[in-house]
Amino acid sequence: MLNLKLNKSTVKNILKGINSKSNIRIMEVCGTHTMAIARAGIKQLLPPNIELISGPGCPVCVTAQEDIERIFLLARKPEVIITTFGDMLRVPGSTGSLQEMQAEGADVRIVYSPLDAVNLARNNPKKEIIFLAVGFETTTPTVALALEDAYKTGVDNFSIVCMHKLVIPALKALLSDEETEIHGFLLPGHVSTIIGTIPYEFIPREYQRACVVSGFEPGDILESILLISRQLENADYKVENQYKRGVKTEGNKIALEIMDKYFAPFNSLWRGMGEIKESGLKLRPEYVQYDAILKFGLEDALVQLAPTGCICGNILKGILKPEECALFSKMCTPAFPVGPCMVSSEGACAASYYYAGGEVIGR
Amino acid sequence: MQLVIIMRGVKLLADEKILLSHGAGGLKTQRLIREVFQKNLGNAYLQQELDSALIKFSPHKMAFTTDSYVVSPIFFPGGDIGKLSVCGTVNDLAVMGAKPLYLTLGLILEEGLPVEELDKLMFSLGNTAREAGVQIVAGDTKVVEYGACDKIFINTAGIGIVPPNLDLRPQRMAPGDKIIVSGPVGNHGIAILAARENLDFSPPLASDCTYLNYLIEGILNTGASIKCMRDPTRGGLATTLNELAQQASLGIKLHEEALPVQPQVKGACSMLGLDPLYLANEGKVIIVVANKDARQVLEEIRKYDIGKNASIIGEVTDAHCSTVVMETELGTLRVLRMLEGDPLPRIC
Repeated sequence: MLNLKLNKSTVKNILKGINSKSNIRIMEVCGTHTMAIARAGIKQLLPPNIELISGPGCPVCVTAQEDIERIFLLARKPEVIITTFGDMLRVPGSTGSLQEMQAEGADVRIVYSPLDAVNLARNNPKKEIIFLAVGFETTTPTVALALEDAYKTGVDNFSIVCMHKLVIPALKALLSDEETEIHGFLLPGHVSTIIGTIPYEFIPREYQRACVVSGFEPGDILESILLISRQLENADYKVENQYKRGVKTEGNKIALEIMDKYFAPFNSLWRGMGEIKESGLKLRPEYVQYDAILKFGLEDALVQLAPTGCICGNILKGILKPEECALFSKMCTPAFPVGPCMVSSEGACAASYYYAGGEVIGR
Repeated sequence: MQLVIIMRGVKLLADEKILLSHGAGGLKTQRLIREVFQKNLGNAYLQQELDSALIKFSPHKMAFTTDSYVVSPIFFPGGDIGKLSVCGTVNDLAVMGAKPLYLTLGLILEEGLPVEELDKLMFSLGNTAREAGVQIVAGDTKVVEYGACDKIFINTAGIGIVPPNLDLRPQRMAPGDKIIVSGPVGNHGIAILAARENLDFSPPLASDCTYLNYLIEGILNTGASIKCMRDPTRGGLATTLNELAQQASLGIKLHEEALPVQPQVKGACSMLGLDPLYLANEGKVIIVVANKDARQVLEEIRKYDIGKNASIIGEVTDAHCSTVVMETELGTLRVLRMLEGDPLPRIC
């Protein structure tokens, strides 16, 4: 592995190795990669024939608008305290955002771990503490741990809005979509610490695409791009693990087991991408008492969606870029967002908004 | 004999909680003033107990500023709301080149605040004021119902005297000027967040909350050609530099490898998805200085304990006007925009 402390000369050396002449489109699946690439300005370093495109790996961005609207219905109830990671706070809905509802009196609190939400439930027995459970396989195990804590200690005023998603079904949906043109995948390092590298093997086998599980430092990402370009040049498609310091082939068994204990896959709705088979997680029947939507009878709540002109779906699938959206940086900015991709710290639109200026000035 | 009866009949003030009547202007108010405020902040001006302080006026230019403090929690590693409310206002005066002299103190207290906590805060406030060489010359206290504010809100206004012929404005910036920051950035924002959310970092992260007036006096006394100064509080270094670039209609180019950020702040930020360049500081100053004098100013700042990690972080340019750009360690360029939204409310 490369020395991760990069400077201008080591960067030059890596770039020398990326000497493929054909056009290569590489998708970074994970939102954390999108942000790291944008922040380090990696696109400025790459030759013009190598294109990086963002994928569907920002958990807040792929949350269906219907789910977001249901959260707002919950937040309006006076007996409810909503707990969430900070990213959800400014996600816009038809009636504003959680942050705006906070100003109107809704009790919304940022937590850094779902276990904090269980503690809050313990300390506020007269309130219902609802945790907004978004995220891929990286965060789901910690939510399962919180459920286990609540279950074992008999905390019954804690529930979750379960919006967890799975990475593999989304990749399958992308690969079977004829509109998407991707030659290689920069696979998510954090998710892979949980699921390992084996679940990705269908990608080179069935679809002949290059795959590298990558870390998050600029050096990791550049090295992974180099590995992908080599796979493509030699037509030697496989799953390579660049992030060996974090990812084992078999993943994290304990985390997978506890996830499986509390959650089961179901056909889930993704923002802008529609329903994807077995791509989401819901609570298993023996734990549905922790489902906030069922608890408050909102499963059939009619949710009105106003058309916004936001092209999130095509951005999440890597078909269009944020700059190609008519709303981008005009109607839609981090301060006045139209879609969640502009507010999330892993969103492709936010990454372009904050960091794309460097490419223009550097040109 | 009478004395003993009084001692038995009246509870010690320090054991009490603030009540609405403490702000009613009657005997309780008077007792609070004498036993908490006079004790901790007392000086000749306050002892006069007049409706306003009467101060001698200098013929020089006067700097006059005000700031309100609502930080939560009110005690945090490296400081408290009392210390902060002196440092913040002193620094706003100092970066204009003024010698800070007098402060006023407005308090809004929540019913139920333990007097012991108020006493602690006033002790810290009084100490900081003495160390910074300023006097609290007038004050006011109001008490609001439980729930109408959060423990204590403080306003301080401050007056300072500006030496003659000193002209510090962003409009004086010119291409080629160097930009210096007096030390590592982001500590206050992270320390407040950690204290509020009970995040344990080891070693614990402390706020950089401090007064900068002596350091700044030292800088000005070098005779260097200082163009302007500003303290990067809310919005952090990146937002403050954007303000300067916009007001000067010039560009600013930073060098990532020169930016001082403590490793534990960097680590906490990457864990929490924050950027230290956008986090508040409460004891740092940005100095824009003519290129020829930059080294001399840097050496002067490094003589002070609070400036020992100062660094020249970039320069003013006439390229990319009104925009702040950072050259990353990889040699790429990153635009640093103004802060949008509010990652951390109530940090000061």
